Amino acid sequence: MNLHSLSLRNSQSCSYKDVPVVSIEELKGTIVSCVQEGKRLLAFFAQSTGEKEMQLYAVLGNDKLGTLSLLSAKVENSYPSITDQCAQAHWFEREIAENWGISPKNHPWLKPIRFIPSYREGQDAWNRSKENILPCVGDYYQVQGEEIHEVAVGPVHAGVIEPGHFRFQCHGEWVYHLEISLGYQHRGIEKELKGGPTKRTLPYMETMAGDTSIGHSHAYLQMLESLANCQVSQRAQALRGIALELERLANHTGDLGALANDVGFLPTANYCGRIRGDFLNMSALLCGSRFGRNFLKPGGVAFDLEDSRIKEFQTKLENAKKDVTVAAELLLDSPSVLARFEDTGVVSKETARELGLVGVAARASGLSQDIRKDYPFGIFSSFSIPVAIYKKGDVFARAYVRWIEIQNSIAFIQSMLISMPKGKTQMPLSSLAPDKIVVSLTEGWRGEICHVAKTDEKGQFSWYKVCDPSFHNWMGLSMALRNQQISDFPLCNKSFNLSYCGHDL
Amino acid sequence: MNVNFFIPTLFAVVFAPLILGIINRTKAFFGGRCGQPLLQLYYDLFKLLRKGATYSKTTTYIFRLGPMVGLVCALLATTLVPFGSQRPFISFSGDILLFAYLLGLMRFFTVIAALDTGSSFEGMGAAREVHFSALAEVAFFLGLISLVKITSFASFSEIYSTSFANLWDMKSIEMILIGSSFLIVLLTENARIPVDDPNTHLELTMIHEVMVLDHSGPDFAFILYGSALKLWVLGSVFVQTFWPIRSGCVYLDVLFAFLSMIVLGVIIGIVESTMARLRLLRVPQLLVAGAALSTVALVLTMR
Repeated sequence: MNLHSLSLRNSQSCSYKDVPVVSIEELKGTIVSCVQEGKRLLAFFAQSTGEKEMQLYAVLGNDKLGTLSLLSAKVENSYPSITDQCAQAHWFEREIAENWGISPKNHPWLKPIRFIPSYREGQDAWNRSKENILPCVGDYYQVQGEEIHEVAVGPVHAGVIEPGHFRFQCHGEWVYHLEISLGYQHRGIEKELKGGPTKRTLPYMETMAGDTSIGHSHAYLQMLESLANCQVSQRAQALRGIALELERLANHTGDLGALANDVGFLPTANYCGRIRGDFLNMSALLCGSRFGRNFLKPGGVAFDLEDSRIKEFQTKLENAKKDVTVAAELLLDSPSVLARFEDTGVVSKETARELGLVGVAARASGLSQDIRKDYPFGIFSSFSIPVAIYKKGDVFARAYVRWIEIQNSIAFIQSMLISMPKGKTQMPLSSLAPDKIVVSLTEGWRGEICHVAKTDEKGQFSWYKVCDPSFHNWMGLSMALRNQQISDFPLCNKSFNLSYCGHDL
Repeated sequence: MNVNFFIPTLFAVVFAPLILGIINRTKAFFGGRCGQPLLQLYYDLFKLLRKGATYSKTTTYIFRLGPMVGLVCALLATTLVPFGSQRPFISFSGDILLFAYLLGLMRFFTVIAALDTGSSFEGMGAAREVHFSALAEVAFFLGLISLVKITSFASFSEIYSTSFANLWDMKSIEMILIGSSFLIVLLTENARIPVDDPNTHLELTMIHEVMVLDHSGPDFAFILYGSALKLWVLGSVFVQTFWPIRSGCVYLDVLFAFLSMIVLGVIIGIVESTMARLRLLRVPQLLVAGAALSTVALVLTMR
């Protein structure tokens, strides 16, 4: 089936002319059969061609070979929905309908995902006028019956977190269905990236999802370097890898603490909050920012790590490792905690595959997918990290996968620090090649981050598409809640810990 | 009239919020934190009393009545329970029933005040509260009946009279069973871990806390103070049963009882620091286990 698609590698720039344009039927057929064969739909989106027609792009990934296929089709105002045969497309198609007013016919649940006006003037998939678009207003999936009740949570949350609206269909304590409605955090980043790169582009990347600064900027920069044909030194790649893993360590540790807090298990909750700070301070030691802002730069990194600081770094890491080991083992060995974690919020392997879950959530359901191994990038092309998998798909599995990843990341950073490659930290970057298209993938701490961009004849982005891991995984949370107790929602939610702004962009 | 009868009530009224401070400090110690001041709840209460209250338009007088009735019930309950070997203000045969139902009335008004708001969260919390306390009541009553059977008295002050300490020599198994059952009741009724988490901010998992979300100002102060009193009276029933120290001097006994209450606060703090909360589905099992312990005690007294 690869005859009519462009085959490429992670962050390999290709001439835009080579992207095949097939009929919409063939596009659908290819996506459906590829996904059945075990490939995944990494991104599916529409872009304007400047004419009346719109162009749909699909990026399919073959995890086993590490190859990506890119193909496209032209559509006008509607096309036959792919979701009925390939569930992975369902959220993408809702996005396409919302952004461009293209209706996927026979989509089972066609609703906006961000509640924003269409990018095309006067072309709305639901024929709404601009003034009538209010966040999360509309019909929700409802269960009918005498004793069914509906619980609405949000958009303002009890904890100091981001806004999102949740509708539960409950029978007593049991949840039959949960519908999640987002969009409150939409800032229009993708629109702003058009015509870039500008001075603002990198800060946009770093704040796309505030806890994934390194993940997103890494994806952006490796795309930029591929377009400018710039070879980043191994030393810079190693430093980028360390920053990426530090981000993972801080967030995973924070998540374990938050999971402990949600079941009222105080020791781990208290200690992980502090240890997370230790990891963030290590990022600060690396570059002066606890969240790694302004560290990654086009062509390399902004700061080098001298030998004296490597020593300090190693001591800090060793101490944090001891502490996090105590805290995590205490959590995962306590019977009262296991009683809460095990069999709560189960997402089966089949469901995870059908929905196209990514990252920690996918690996906890037994799917072996990790961009660092499947589509190696940066330092991971020469240094492999084992994939952490657990099969059960429950809250325990998601906690346990995080714990294994914490260990793997610490081991990675330690061996990097022992044998830091030599080289310059930053290379000069020339202007971007015109008329190219690139798919750039990284493994952020939540999971796969996919950036797709095309340059115009001047070497500026004619469009830039971002796919955050949360975009794939919100539906996974919904499924995890089916036939669960409503009181377990906060725990399940925390075990996914998805980003609202990463989804809303 | 002997002013000593007011000692149990006086201790409850003055020191009840302190126990919560001790629990919090214990939890903070286990968490490696300094924690809030011991007297934090007193500060909170004074702060809340100075504030105004906000009432939703959907509520009626029931909503305003709830906290007041709750506080009055808790205050009345303090006049029924002896402290150390000091008899309480009110004492008659069968006052154990009045005690149990004063707490029942308090809960009833908290629940209908919560339902009065019409919020789905509060309705959920109310449903959980009545479900669990219906089961806790069984454990509590079976424990009380066992005590009545052992001592052949039906009044707290008679049951916990000076000879009560001797019971531990003859009926230690029964006492351990009853005491354990009372501990489960104590933790459930006061919304502590492993049944409820008083520190959570997540409405969906709350039991007691979610019912009082809409109360504010003095009303909320009444609720917090009422809960502290409830913890104190149930705690002193537990302490009397488990550590009935009798020195012969009333004042010394009162002092011992007070120290035991502080130890109880530490114990609750340790329980909360070392275990996770139960899954909501498992809570009834814990309460049935409590009832079973009391039942075994009752069966043993029938020998």
